[in-house]
Amino acid sequence: MTLKKTVGMYESFIRSGRATRSTHYCAGCGHGIIHKLIAEAMHELGLQDRAIIIGPIGCSVFGYYYWDCANLSAAHGRAPAAGTAVNRLRRDAALALYQGDGDLGAIGFNHTFQAASRGEHMAVFFINNATYGMTGGQMAPTTLIGDRTMTTPYGRDPLTDGYPLHVCEVLNQLKAPVYIERVSVADTPRIMRARRAVRKAFEIQRDGKGYAFIEFLSPCPTTLSCDAVQAARFCIDRMEPEFPLGCLRDNSAAAVSRAPRKKSVSVDEFFKRSDSGQAPTAEVDRGFAERHIKFAGFGGQGVLSLGICVAEAARLERRFTTWFPTYGPEQRGGAAACSVIISGAQIGSPVVDSPHVLVCMNQPSYERFAATVRSGGTIIVDSTVQLDVKAPDGVNVFRMPAIDLSLKFGCPKSANTGMLAALARLGVTGLSEEHLLAALDSSFRRKPELMETNRMLFREAQIWMDKQKECSKERLKT
Amino acid sequence: MADRERGLNKPRPLIDADECKSCGRCIQACPSKCLRLSEKLNRRGMRPAEYTGAGCTGCAVCFYNCPEPYAITIEKP
Ligand SMILES: Cc1ncc(C[n+]2csc(CCOP(=O)(O)OP(=O)(O)O)c2C)c(N)n1
Ligand code: SF4
Ligand code: SF4
Repeated sequence: MTLKKTVGMYESFIRSGRATRSTHYCAGCGHGIIHKLIAEAMHELGLQDRAIIIGPIGCSVFGYYYWDCANLSAAHGRAPAAGTAVNRLRRDAALALYQGDGDLGAIGFNHTFQAASRGEHMAVFFINNATYGMTGGQMAPTTLIGDRTMTTPYGRDPLTDGYPLHVCEVLNQLKAPVYIERVSVADTPRIMRARRAVRKAFEIQRDGKGYAFIEFLSPCPTTLSCDAVQAARFCIDRMEPEFPLGCLRDNSAAAVSRAPRKKSVSVDEFFKRSDSGQAPTAEVDRGFAERHIKFAGFGGQGVLSLGICVAEAARLERRFTTWFPTYGPEQRGGAAACSVIISGAQIGSPVVDSPHVLVCMNQPSYERFAATVRSGGTIIVDSTVQLDVKAPDGVNVFRMPAIDLSLKFGCPKSANTGMLAALARLGVTGLSEEHLLAALDSSFRRKPELMETNRMLFREAQIWMDKQKECSKERLKT
Repeated sequence: MADRERGLNKPRPLIDADECKSCGRCIQACPSKCLRLSEKLNRRGMRPAEYTGAGCTGCAVCFYNCPEPYAITIEKP
């Protein structure tokens, strides 16, 4: 009969395609002891099917080799952010974070602090081994005063390196955490205390009661350059005076379980509802030649809304369509561009690298994108743009005084309407003028006073284009 | 002689020599002092912990002190 064996872990650990039964940890490392406690609690509470453990960057980055439950990895110190996402999506999860003192106490501390302050539903297992193990023993926020590390070769000096960070005590300033305790795995009584704490943290998750935080003083014989027994003594003799063991807070009995999540609609359902009655659904039409269009200019010139307008016309015409904006960090004035695809079949990627049609409202966007236009394609530029950069062979360049026209009409923000008129007259979108005009109207749904002006501008722009055509015909004759 | 007196039904630690990293935590922790380092080397080239053969009470202290998941199990025949 087996009295005691490891539970809650995989039978064998698959690492780089090979199965082993041993951990990757150094001999005597506290990580292994803590891993077993976590696996045992998870198993004995029947939580393996609900448990999600998010691992750190550090020696324990491979926790997912061992724990037989769902495992996720997060960037250095970001387990609380990933855990917050899990919390939003899976109320039924028993969520645990496993993080070292470099991961949690240094690079990721604000994430930890904010998650604790929000009272996220997570059990946080914080492994304080007073060092950065994985990277070879640099100073951690928890390194003791006077201790030599790779980065404090003369010993940690508070004047230059600050003082050891008491993470439990800092978190204990916050209102939301339900349970905070510091334990150790240095000897048997301490391990048994740690075992009870781990169990409690998982019970809190099982019951949906909130944030539980356990700090483990954990030996790292390798960076201490000593044997396992001496490293355990270091935890007791040196670490405990700085990081006293004990429970700082336990409100778990009084804490209320969170309510089950209200049923929310699926993404498909959501769009169906918001679209119902107004959205003509796209129809498959294999005969329609797919068009890729790019609109570019300064932010504020209306290039993004021009793209939306064309996509809206495509939608009204029952084409498949995408609209994909790109802009700089500034709200207005920076470069702005968007891509629109119009298709007779479902569209995979909304990204347009080599457009059939390029609409440029300013000089830099012409210089940047002109060379990307496909042969046989069309470039429509505002007349203010100098054409010093040559368009590729076989590409038609059409200059449109859109900005001039908009100024003439007293609405400088409507230069994009002139461009829309050019698109319609040149017939390069494959969409009917009727739908392009309907889309133009609908873009002024909330400003009906502008609708008429823009229609007039649209007409005026087309008249101008027709005149151009006449003129060039005349020129050819003479 | 009954099994009981011969100690055959007493609990004992089963140590998988090849999974042991010879850290010595179990030996130091065992309250009955019934573990020691073996004279023989394991596949890793380390001296694994071994049971002296008598004194185990089945307390599982060695199990909890051991960082390796599959180095120690506690059995009772
Ligand atoms: C963004 C980023 N910065 C730095 C690193 C390098 N790095 C890897 S592990 C580590 C420290 C881990 O120390 P700790 O959290 O104490 O875990 P331990 O290895 O001691 O268990 C660092 C700085 C990284 N992987 N990613
Ligand atoms: S370096 Fe330290 S923390 Fe990392 S596995 Fe080895 S003993 Fe454990
Ligand atoms: S604690 Fe485990 S790894 Fe260490 S000597 Fe004992 S059996 Fe071996």
